[in-house]
Amino acid sequence: MAMNNTKPTVAVYKFSSCDGCQLAFLNAGEALLQLAERVEILHFAEAGMLNEDVQVDIAFVEGSVNTHHDEERIRQVRANSRYLITIGACATAGGVQALRNIHDNGGWHQAIYAHPEYLDSLSTATAIAKHVKVDLELWGCPVNTQQVMQAVATLLHGANPAVSRESVCAECKRRGNVCVVVAQGQHCLGPHTHAGCNAICPHMGRGCYGCYGPQGVIYAGAA
Amino acid sequence: MQEQRKVSVRVPVLARVEGEGALELDIDNGTITNLKFSIFEPPRLFEKLLEGRDFQEVPDITARICGICPVAYQMSALHAAEMAFAVQITPWARALRRLLYCGEWIQSHALHIHLLAAPDFLGFDNALTMAKTFPRVVSRGLKLQGLGNRIMRVVGGRSVHPVNACAGGFYSAPPLDEMQTLREELEAARADAYELVRWVANLPMPDDQQDFVSVALHHPDEYPFNQGRIISSDGLDIGIEEYEQHFNEFQMPHSTALHAHLHGKPYLVGPLARVNLLHGQLPSHLLELLAGSPVQFPSRNMFHSMAARALEIAYSVDEAIRLLAEYSLPDQPHVPVTTRAASGFGCTEAPRGLLWHRYDFNADGTVKTARIVPPTSQNQARMEQDLHQSLQTFGLEHDATALRLRAEQVIRNYDPCISCATHFLRLKVNRS
Repeated sequence: MAMNNTKPTVAVYKFSSCDGCQLAFLNAGEALLQLAERVEILHFAEAGMLNEDVQVDIAFVEGSVNTHHDEERIRQVRANSRYLITIGACATAGGVQALRNIHDNGGWHQAIYAHPEYLDSLSTATAIAKHVKVDLELWGCPVNTQQVMQAVATLLHGANPAVSRESVCAECKRRGNVCVVVAQGQHCLGPHTHAGCNAICPHMGRGCYGCYGPQGVIYAGAA
Repeated sequence: MQEQRKVSVRVPVLARVEGEGALELDIDNGTITNLKFSIFEPPRLFEKLLEGRDFQEVPDITARICGICPVAYQMSALHAAEMAFAVQITPWARALRRLLYCGEWIQSHALHIHLLAAPDFLGFDNALTMAKTFPRVVSRGLKLQGLGNRIMRVVGGRSVHPVNACAGGFYSAPPLDEMQTLREELEAARADAYELVRWVANLPMPDDQQDFVSVALHHPDEYPFNQGRIISSDGLDIGIEEYEQHFNEFQMPHSTALHAHLHGKPYLVGPLARVNLLHGQLPSHLLELLAGSPVQFPSRNMFHSMAARALEIAYSVDEAIRLLAEYSLPDQPHVPVTTRAASGFGCTEAPRGLLWHRYDFNADGTVKTARIVPPTSQNQARMEQDLHQSLQTFGLEHDATALRLRAEQVIRNYDPCISCATHFLRLKVNRS
């Protein structure tokens, strides 16, 4: 993506989430300070920059769409952004809260809240791409600093970031882990999960549980 | 002397807090007529999502409540499952959990002090701007934060939503060489952590004395992370299974987080509550770092929360070094778990305070019902009470901008984690 001569502008938006993907920036240490030298961060509420309706070159979006207000907000964010990147499982797939989509959600708010009428809450939690065009999806629960910094660096060089099509299995083999499926008969989602975490679960002796989302063809069994 | 004057302050999105919160303040002729700290982050219904899930999946799910304190959510959940299934973890696993928690406290507290709170005390909008004037301070803070993250990565695989802790202990034992390197890094940073305490304790702070009840976990032998009884500055001393008989939660129209009371009154949890109640368990060389500063514990000044946080960073660095020095490889990283139909409670000290969980499990180890009470919803009633008092003390005659800045500074003392606060809603319905 071609940038103007001035510093490219960046915004980080939060929707429904745990805030863990914004930590890819806030936990970046010195890299955060370096990033602030290379781009102008115009909106990032948790870091103290407030400018919700600003026009930016790159928008990072964390979290899923859960309220009517979210639906309006994400359209506005899209309209204000040249390049929109979703960060993490919530923004890219709905996240753990999207589990409620497959249950009878109607009764849940009633069961939990004494006053459900106070709430603005949709019956589903949905990915950003269900609502607006997304230019790049970064998977992960959470995404890590390297993923977001790499995306920014690539864009700053005028190229389109590419996301690896590998699965966790490939990372796991390269790390020299003993396969937890073959050696221990554990369940492992590694063969069908996007690479990106460096196979931390098999490395620690447990099966992958799919933080980086589905990769490749998945056989869900007979219908 | 004053003219009749109406002031309205609206902060639709609070900056430098975790999650989405807002503030409404109306002043009419020198009186606060409306003050609401609203939490509008939509509920994520975790307590319902957990139903039917296997006990070993629970910590992986509860971690997702909060990216800043996932370890706390894992710890309270694991201890609850272990209590329900009568599992006794080994001293090795207990020590490693303590180390993991040290990492989270260092990370979360350092993030709060430097990226969220300190700009208020020094007159900056954010830490990135502050870094231009105070590069060494910000750099020291980010380094300590990074070290907290390092501990969680070595012990847990990654710092946000670590993957290694399980019911019964840990999936695997971190290798000796990595733990040795970690220890050296912590030893090299110890001086920075001590310096941070002195720096924070000497920051310019408003002098605002308030009356409040502090609540924390108390363990006879150690500063608490994972175990203890719940005590208060009012003389409460109960087992964690008695929590529901003394504390109650209720819904307010302006907030998706429940409020909580102890015996019908607001109370405080978190670093200041802990240090107020348990400073006697902190080593004297740490308390001596406060010498010559205006900060002494116990303190009734909420702005001293930041000094309490710094002190806990220094404590966690020391404690992590001690735990690492004693570290050895175990025979087994976890003990076996046999499930049964039972209830269990977990209560640990999250960076922001007491985090209480209760689970009812089915015989096969799946969750029947879950209840989670996070620190921020416990602090919410206290925060509103504090705002009333501190704004009065500050002076309601100040202009809207000054009032807003002071109110935000007061709110940030609590390090509210709004993502946490909305995600637990109790199942008991109280509908008229």
